[in-house]
This record gives sequence, structure tokens and C-alpha cells, in this order.
Amino acid sequence: MRRFPISAILSLVACVCSTAVYAETPQQILDGLTQQAKTESADFQGFDAARGELFFKQTHANDWSCASCHSENPVNGGKHAKTGKAIEPLAPSANAERFTEPKKVKKWFRRNCNDVLERTCTAQEQGDVLTWLLATQ
Amino acid sequence: MLKKTRVSSLMMGVLLITSTTVFWVSKQVVADDDGEKHGSEHVYSATLPVWKTECGECHIAYPPQLLPAASWQKMMGSLDNHFGTDASLDADAIAEILPFLEKNAGSERKYAAAPSKSAMRITETRWFIKEHDEVSASTWKRIDSPANCAACHTTAEQGNYDEDFIKIPR
Repeated sequence: MRRFPISAILSLVACVCSTAVYAETPQQILDGLTQQAKTESADFQGFDAARGELFFKQTHANDWSCASCHSENPVNGGKHAKTGKAIEPLAPSANAERFTEPKKVKKWFRRNCNDVLERTCTAQEQGDVLTWLLATQ
Repeated sequence: MLKKTRVSSLMMGVLLITSTTVFWVSKQVVADDDGEKHGSEHVYSATLPVWKTECGECHIAYPPQLLPAASWQKMMGSLDNHFGTDASLDADAIAEILPFLEKNAGSERKYAAAPSKSAMRITETRWFIKEHDEVSASTWKRIDSPANCAACHTTAEQGNYDEDFIKIPR
């Protein structure tokens, strides 16, 4: 009877499990937002990191800003303002999982913009924030 | 032949002592000195990946056993205003999570809300209030929020709320 090359199977399994498979890169998500911004506004001028940073740190319609939970420095982790649960860093440079799952990105912009601004965010606003986050090391 | 019989009766004896001990120990785990039940009752093992992920993002995925089915139904129908925050989910996720919550929900009687309290807050059920009646106001103050079970229940993430794993922060 032929013996199974157990070590080969094990190393294959280890290989598959350790390689994180991301649906998209943050750049692809940013490209998608660019397309969306062009549709939303005819005179779209591109994204701006400084504007994104200001948007992130400012309060809008409510007491909360994005920074209330995510902290002022997105390289650091944050803490949920209500429950106290730890939040992993938002900047892709500090957390490779961020902005790799379009469905998740959409879900969280929907929820958090409702909480912070009481409305949906425009593609311009989302793209500005993501541009700033990508520039943050 | 005689030797064989002696060995087997010896083994029977060992088995009897072992099983009696196991029975006695397990009874001790269930009833300790404060008269309340502990042990497996505070370990919640029901799980579902989508529940664990979606309900565990802003807080720990609270055990479905801790609220009655009617509360979960109400909760899953109002996620866009979930205790003041938008926790909305798409219909597919709700269709997967709600039956799991209903199936593992606690009894209407045991997990009823305390008088004039919300039926959607675990911390406002009569059961929760009674279970935590020895926690002092100053201890509660040191914790960000009563929603943060893991502040004291160190193994809450694994569904284990047994008092052996409680560590009150100083």
C-alpha cells in the first residue's frame, strides 16, 4: 500500500491556512470610490488626504467623530465609545486586513456615517478619508 | 483462575470508587456555598460563525440563552437603531442569525426584564441583576460599561462565564 506523504499534506494545509486571502486591495477600493465620486459629481477633482484627516477628527451632526472610537491616530487601536471594546487600527499600514473586503467597507461606512453624521457619506468623503488613512504610517 | 477473578473484582472496585468520586465531584460543582448554581450552567456553547462575527464586532457576541426569543426578534428587527447606534445588517445575515438566536433563546420566565426595564438589555433582566447583586457600585464604575462582560469574565469570549474565571479589575 502506498503511504500518504503526511508531511507534504500538512505543509500544504499550513500554507493554505497561513496565506491570508483578501478580496481586494485598499487601492482597488479607492479606485472604486473614484469611479463613484465621478458619477456623484461632474467636477470631481480627486481625493485629498488633509481634507480626509479633518473630516475624520471633526464632529459633524452628533457628539461623535470618527476619532471618538478609532482614536486620533489611526495607526493606533481605538475603543468603542459605548461598549469599551477594543478596535483594531484602521490604517492599512498597521492592520493589513483593513479595506480589503468591499462588503465590510460598505457596511461600516453606512453604519458609522449614520452615527456620526446622521446621513450617508459621499464617495468624496469616503475617498478623502481612505487617502489619508493610506498615507498614515 | 483464582488470580483472574481477584484481578477483575479489584478492577470492579476501582471502577466503582472512581465513578462514585466523579458523581460526588460533579455534584459539588453544581451547588456551592452561595446556594446558586454554578458550573456548566454558566458555560454557553451554542455558536454559529456568522453570529459570532456580526454580533461580536462592537461587543462580545452575547449568549443567545440570556434573552427570550421575543427579545431577540425585536432586536433583530431594529438593528438600525441598536441602543443608539446603527448596527444594521443585510437581510441575508439576519435570516441566518435570527433562527439561531430563537433556537437557543432563554425562557421567557427566567430572563424577563425587571420592572419598567428594557426587554432588550441582558443587564436589565431580573436574572442578570440577581446574579450581579454582590458587585459594588465602585466596581461597576471601574468598568467602561456593563456591556463589557470581559472586563471581569476573562473567558467571556469563549462563552465561559463560570465564576472560577472571574477577575475583578483593581
